[in-house]
Amino acid sequence: MTTAWKANGSQAELGTQVTFLEAIRQAMYEEMERDPAVVLIGEDIGVYGGAFKTSEGLLERFGWERVIDTPISESAIVGAACGMSYLGLRPIAEMQFIDFIVCAFNQITNFVAKGHYLWNAPAPIVIRGPSGGGVHGGPFHSANPEMYFVHTPGLKVIYPSTPYDAKGLLKAAVRDNNPVLFFEHKFLYRRIKEELPTEDYTVPIGKAVVRREGKHLTIISYAAMMHTSLEAAAELEREGIHAEVIDLRTLLPLDEETILASLRKTNKCLVVHEDTKTGGIAGEIAAILCEGAFGDLDGPLMRVTALDTPVPYAPSLEEYFLPNKEKVLHAARTLAKY
Amino acid sequence: MKKALTRQQYLDLYYFMRLNRAVEDTMVKLFRQNKIVGGLYSSLGQEAVSVGTAYALEKKDWLAPMIRNIGALLVKGVPPRDVFMQHMAKYDSPTKGKDGTSHFGDLENLHIVSPISMLGDLIPVMTGVAIAGRYLGQKIVAMTWIGDGGSSTGVFHEGMNFAAVQQAPFVLVLENNQWAYSTPVKRQVPLENLADRAKAYGIPSYVVDGNDVVAVYTTAKEAVDRARNGEGPILIEVKTFRRLGHAQHDPAEYVPKEMRAYWEARDPIALYEKFLSAEKLLDANNKKQIDEKIETLLSAERDFAENSPLPPAEFAAQGVYCTGDDCHKVAPKWERPIAEVTPPKSRVPAVWTVKGFGSGKASGGGSAPIHFGDTEKHEEQSKDTEVPEAVAETIRPPAQPRPVKSKSAKATPKKSAKPAVVSGKSSARKARR
Ligand SMILES: Cc1ncc(C[n+]2csc(CCOP(=O)(O)OP(=O)(O)O)c2C)c(N)n1
Ligand SMILES: [Mg+2]
Repeated sequence: MTTAWKANGSQAELGTQVTFLEAIRQAMYEEMERDPAVVLIGEDIGVYGGAFKTSEGLLERFGWERVIDTPISESAIVGAACGMSYLGLRPIAEMQFIDFIVCAFNQITNFVAKGHYLWNAPAPIVIRGPSGGGVHGGPFHSANPEMYFVHTPGLKVIYPSTPYDAKGLLKAAVRDNNPVLFFEHKFLYRRIKEELPTEDYTVPIGKAVVRREGKHLTIISYAAMMHTSLEAAAELEREGIHAEVIDLRTLLPLDEETILASLRKTNKCLVVHEDTKTGGIAGEIAAILCEGAFGDLDGPLMRVTALDTPVPYAPSLEEYFLPNKEKVLHAARTLAKY
Repeated sequence: MKKALTRQQYLDLYYFMRLNRAVEDTMVKLFRQNKIVGGLYSSLGQEAVSVGTAYALEKKDWLAPMIRNIGALLVKGVPPRDVFMQHMAKYDSPTKGKDGTSHFGDLENLHIVSPISMLGDLIPVMTGVAIAGRYLGQKIVAMTWIGDGGSSTGVFHEGMNFAAVQQAPFVLVLENNQWAYSTPVKRQVPLENLADRAKAYGIPSYVVDGNDVVAVYTTAKEAVDRARNGEGPILIEVKTFRRLGHAQHDPAEYVPKEMRAYWEARDPIALYEKFLSAEKLLDANNKKQIDEKIETLLSAERDFAENSPLPPAEFAAQGVYCTGDDCHKVAPKWERPIAEVTPPKSRVPAVWTVKGFGSGKASGGGSAPIHFGDTEKHEEQSKDTEVPEAVAETIRPPAQPRPVKSKSAKATPKKSAKPAVVSGKSSARKARR
């Protein structure tokens, strides 16, 4: 499918280098073109085009009924999206910053997530928004709340790291019959670019990808930390440590197969995530490895994560709080010695 | 009461109230025999609310019940066996034993959305249903209920406000039964009429005697018609009384005896029977026929329910996710041309200006006058704020919001607290235009 790309506010044309942000916008645009059941709902997404301009130009093209600016009411946004989905629509709900998603926590975890199990009611909605730190957003504009939702059966949780995946996974999320939470790391929004296919494509939900092959240890990561992990792996290479790097892409359902296959090859595992340590996905991965490949482990599962604190504001504090390449290198070198 | 309904309608209302009560009486028996898995709630004395409001809906309309709205489910077409089986956690129940009480729905045929326990959540959900129905051109109305207690939740406000800005075809029935568990309404909301809250959303409301089924029905019918006509959401406060405790376990000793006695003397079914016989719509013979019909029906429904098995244990692991088209085909039913919502027809201009913004005068240094929240709606239709024709029909607020109407025999008259300062304010507003 090719699309008339120059419609108001487009930052790029198809087939050229596009940012992560533009990839999101293209996914929504193309899904709305493809299917009139797809509608957007959120705060300042219409007239203003979204706080990060991810929906710029979409109101102009698709009109009031399909790009719904709402009051500041996260529970109403999610609740209404759920109700709309009961009549066969596929709403994409935006949280202006993902931090505010917890204002709709009850609607998501009790209403949306349980409907299919309890009364056979699918709720094909996507809830998406900018997440993550590293941009000095402070304690309320830097959240990584993915694990609240990974702990909720009935949801799917996606956290991509590249424009290609962001576009393909968002399209897959829109077409999925289940409620999907889609986290967009805002540090990546304008920092990485990629050439995207001109034709329609999706990326399967629930499949991790091996970003770099290696034999000495496996680094598992996702979102912005994916790039940090890749940088670290390149440096480790020069030291003679060949790290395999896995991008989880989807956190729920987790691709256990890819994780276990890599571990059986490298026998060592380091998990890197920007989320805080306690209750982060690393703990879940540790359990999966113990259950599925205990005999293959040649060292402890190690993790590099944010501190167990709120996200602090001052650059010096945030830098200390976040994982970075040095911390990954340190952990990887320690692990390699086992 | 003048005869506004057909004989059949009068008798339908009677039948469903009787059925509602009989279904719940049967469940009390089942409860006493330990055949009900969880708690059992009662709508004894509130049957006119569920029945009268739901009866105003058309088949294509959507509703979402709360725990005391079994009557609404029966009116919408749910067979009593489903209600029995839900409470007994049977495998043939609508949720196959995964949930109880009135927590079930039917997207395909009956257009019922299942509630969850968390009070208030249905309000934005049903607003979404209403908006989607309008978008698809289905001309439906969405209705749900909320208790006096549930009306204190934050999501009540989010939902009503969003419904109001969207002018959604949505009717909320605020079932004020004077109690929320042990909390009297006076400690729940500092208002004489909970319907007054509608004012905060700029929407019309009604106050109606919930033990008068004809009043409830005619009010709800008017509200549903208005919502369907694109006049936006409407709040109906129905004043009634919870005759039993919060659930079976609760003797409700906190309820004053005189209060209970007052409402017991106003039993909605007894009141309605009096009316029907006075109007010669029901005689002893008809009544006997209805008694028999309900008894026969319920004994068969109860047998079916009792004979249904409990779900097999492994069923617990199934159904968390929709597995795709083989599981559910999700497809909207379009009743308007898709071309209206796809480019180029869907296009709208990108720029809006707010008339008068920035050019108005401030209070001029004096203290602002006390404000009672009854400012007249400011009307403006400029070229820039125009919405596309297709949408305009349904989302434009009514030109002249009709006044709040009171249908309750006992409703307190609206206080007209309009100090002179307010008019001063609105003239300042006019000057700004
Ligand atoms: C958000 C939330 N908090 C608490 C409860 C527990 N609870 C269930 S019913 C109820 C009382 C509800 O009173 P009201 O809304 O007036 O409805 P009624 O029981 O009178 O029909 C309470 C406190 C709940 N279900 N949801
Ligand atoms: Mg109550």
